[in-house]
Amino acid sequence: MNTFKQPNWLDPAPFLEGVERINTLNSRIPTGPLEQKWEKHKGEIKLVNPANKRLIDIIIVGSGLAGSSAAASLAEMGYNVKVFCFQDSPRRAHSIAAQGGINAAKNYQNDGDSTYRLFYDTVKGGDYRSREANVYRLAEVSGSIIDQCVAQGVPFAREYGGLLDNRSFGGVQVSRTFYAKGQTGQQLLLGAYSALSRQISKGKIELLNRHEMMDVVVIDGKARGIIARNLVTGEIQRHGAHAVVLCTGGYGNVFYLSTNAMGSNSSAAWKAHKRGAYFGNPNFVQIHPTCIPVSGHYQSKLTLMSESLRNDGRIWVPKNLDDAQAIRNGELSPNDLEENQRDYYLERRYPAFGNLVPRDVASRAAKERCDEGYGVNKTGQAVFLDFASAIERYGKTEASTRNLKSPTKSQIIELGKAVVKSKYGNLFDMYQQITADNPYETPMKIYPAIHYSMGGIWVDYNLMTTIPGLYAAGEANFSDHGANRLGASALMQGLADGYFVLPYTIGDYLADEIRTGQISTDTIEFEQAENQVKATLDKLINTNGDIPVDDFHRRLGLIMWEYCGMSRNEKGLKKAIILIKKLRDEFYSNLYVPGDVNDFNPELEKAYRVADFLELGELMCIDALNRKESCGGHFREESQTDEGEALRDDDNYTYVSAWEYRGDPSDPKLHKELLKYDNIEVKQRSYK
Amino acid sequence: MQFTLKVWRQKSQSSKGAIETYHLSDISEDMSFLEMFDVLNDKLIRDKKDPIAFDHDCREGICGMCSMFINGEAHGPGRNVTTCQLHMRSFKDGDTIYVEPWRSSAFPIVKDLTVDRSAFDRIIQSGGYVSVNTSGATQDANAIPIPKEDADSAFDAATCIGCGACVATCKNSSAMLFVSAKVSQLSLLPQGQTEANNRVQRMVNQMDAEGFGNCTNTGACEVECPKGISLTNIARMNREFMKSSVG
Repeated sequence: MNTFKQPNWLDPAPFLEGVERINTLNSRIPTGPLEQKWEKHKGEIKLVNPANKRLIDIIIVGSGLAGSSAAASLAEMGYNVKVFCFQDSPRRAHSIAAQGGINAAKNYQNDGDSTYRLFYDTVKGGDYRSREANVYRLAEVSGSIIDQCVAQGVPFAREYGGLLDNRSFGGVQVSRTFYAKGQTGQQLLLGAYSALSRQISKGKIELLNRHEMMDVVVIDGKARGIIARNLVTGEIQRHGAHAVVLCTGGYGNVFYLSTNAMGSNSSAAWKAHKRGAYFGNPNFVQIHPTCIPVSGHYQSKLTLMSESLRNDGRIWVPKNLDDAQAIRNGELSPNDLEENQRDYYLERRYPAFGNLVPRDVASRAAKERCDEGYGVNKTGQAVFLDFASAIERYGKTEASTRNLKSPTKSQIIELGKAVVKSKYGNLFDMYQQITADNPYETPMKIYPAIHYSMGGIWVDYNLMTTIPGLYAAGEANFSDHGANRLGASALMQGLADGYFVLPYTIGDYLADEIRTGQISTDTIEFEQAENQVKATLDKLINTNGDIPVDDFHRRLGLIMWEYCGMSRNEKGLKKAIILIKKLRDEFYSNLYVPGDVNDFNPELEKAYRVADFLELGELMCIDALNRKESCGGHFREESQTDEGEALRDDDNYTYVSAWEYRGDPSDPKLHKELLKYDNIEVKQRSYK
Repeated sequence: MQFTLKVWRQKSQSSKGAIETYHLSDISEDMSFLEMFDVLNDKLIRDKKDPIAFDHDCREGICGMCSMFINGEAHGPGRNVTTCQLHMRSFKDGDTIYVEPWRSSAFPIVKDLTVDRSAFDRIIQSGGYVSVNTSGATQDANAIPIPKEDADSAFDAATCIGCGACVATCKNSSAMLFVSAKVSQLSLLPQGQTEANNRVQRMVNQMDAEGFGNCTNTGACEVECPKGISLTNIARMNREFMKSSVG
């Protein structure tokens, strides 16, 4: 007997009296004061007893921070877990590439940090478009993450006294970022991977590497499993489970060029969307200000230079257009320009935060200068990130520490370089490797690039999507970062969701599944889903046109970057929608995929993913068109202050856009989750 | 720039492989080695030929997925770089470049330049972790001060990306550098002490079971390691192993 009652997301939450009923999503936030919601919810949530947990199967798709941590935690609790990753090993997931750090409100530095301040900074940084209760919970569990990681043997940076070191990140005025040189994501992921490996060795987790999720299977309105493809043999498989958790990361690769890994894709999320999961705020993507600029048409990805560099690097362009021109032509070196010939435009425009303004603000400011003709590389799309003053400052401190009497300038510089090397050595090496420039001697050249998706699958407070039994965690969901994510918060959210949120909240749903018994994959729904996957693959491989898939992907990326990138307007977005539709038509008539369906075939994998990007891209434009305000990373040219800053329209847009798929990617239906701020004053974001 | 590429092609694990020759022109010196392969594959696909399969993902030197044996060196010329971070400016115009997969019986070939490195995952599963549950109910992160030198050494060992260059480059196909990096990281930290004896025994046993060879101290692994993992880790693992055997 099935006792589960489909929750009604269209029921307005209690606080939404008087609001149009039909168009309002209920995020099911617990009642009570903000700081008590999570504890209270945990106390009231339904539990599954240990014996029954052994009867429950859970599928986790993705093995990054959220996926590995969720899988390890759920397996420890006693559930049977299957983990899927498309890479050859779960340790390759792109969380590994996160550089700078992870935030936690530990207040080890005694600089006034607190749970509330981390909450406040995150909501403000997200330009008041995130969900208050979720963000508070995130801040609340942040400290436990650091405890947990240290217990696992994550080698965070330490001070000479043996205690943990911290640094600062953009958009905040405290030092709350924990780090492991410029490889924090790697160390945290390897920590989660070790916890995952431990459960694999105990037989509680079955790992399916080089497997890709192709579709979600929904039976009687609930997620009951997935269709997967073994990427080595091409075999299509059915996997049943009582719950499915998508930890599949972001969709930045819709832009083709991004800091994401080559394989990062939106297909799991998009397939879930087509099966009934609403997509939240799809247009909210983060453009990271400090990436290595594009060098040529063959460029396959962009490389991030960690935000932590803005602790010590100063961003500038020449003050005079002639100097900028001369630098572009290689006739002038940046080191030849005197201080008064340089425009440190972030320090000039935002004296309070200077070079550490949030990412969206820093990115737009760089674009503004380059659009005005002050760009400093061949393409005119780069600004300087300069470490000369940091090297000198550190050198002086170091000389004084070593008691050097009247050190020479070159002594100071040498000492300073050593300090900078100890802090950012691996990033400097990476920069030099890619560009052949030495950043100790000449300023880095940087430019903004697509980095992170704040948008994602819509989830309620329990991280459940609008398909009961289907969950989304980490970057794959939309919930915590609003319209702009603060630096060092992605790692925090991935691990918070996986270690400390989902393991509790999933019980609320699974408690009603203990009598269900094993999920049979021998049903009409599994058969239909499998046939659909096979038909899609056949269609891709049998199109037999002339153009390789990368070509379409690159063209989609250019459309998205031009019209749905750092700056958007109505005319451009409408044009983009037409262009994307055309490109989609061409894709299905002139695509060429070599090889066989039943074989190891990376081109076919790419084609399956790009087919979904071609639909998601359109939804992003539709969403950007709908949101006529500017907020966070979403800059609508029609909505800006006199000084060119993003201007929100709180009266009309204080909501999450949650899009429902209705059979045609061009015709989604908008649902709104109204956002309410009871614990924070909503105001124009200012970093001046 | 132009190049002659001699690339190992092998349809599957069971089929016989061979070197095939390709000519490429109009290659920019700013391209990465993998971007040069993208150009080659684009050409092959447009000519309706089978593109070359190779592993890659992050393309920023950290995921450990890319794995090409270039002109007899794991990850090619240059030190402390992965294949994805190797740029064509490291070669001379007109060079002939040989590209092969990692070769080790413990890393069976999947296709062309793609190999199966799941043996590494199984080694970690055998003991490369601290047995602590993820409840969060552990002690405060600052409860145990750790000397900065130890934390830094643990970090240096922990930067291993699990790419397998050490195995590919070793004449014995030894995985000692990989295994010792994890053993060292955990043995340098107080959190890893409790199970140190068990860990090293189990990981070394698994390493042997996977068919990796022994270490004869040639030091080739350290030279080719893209993360500069030091040979001293192997010495430390040997000490740990001895200690656990007599203790």
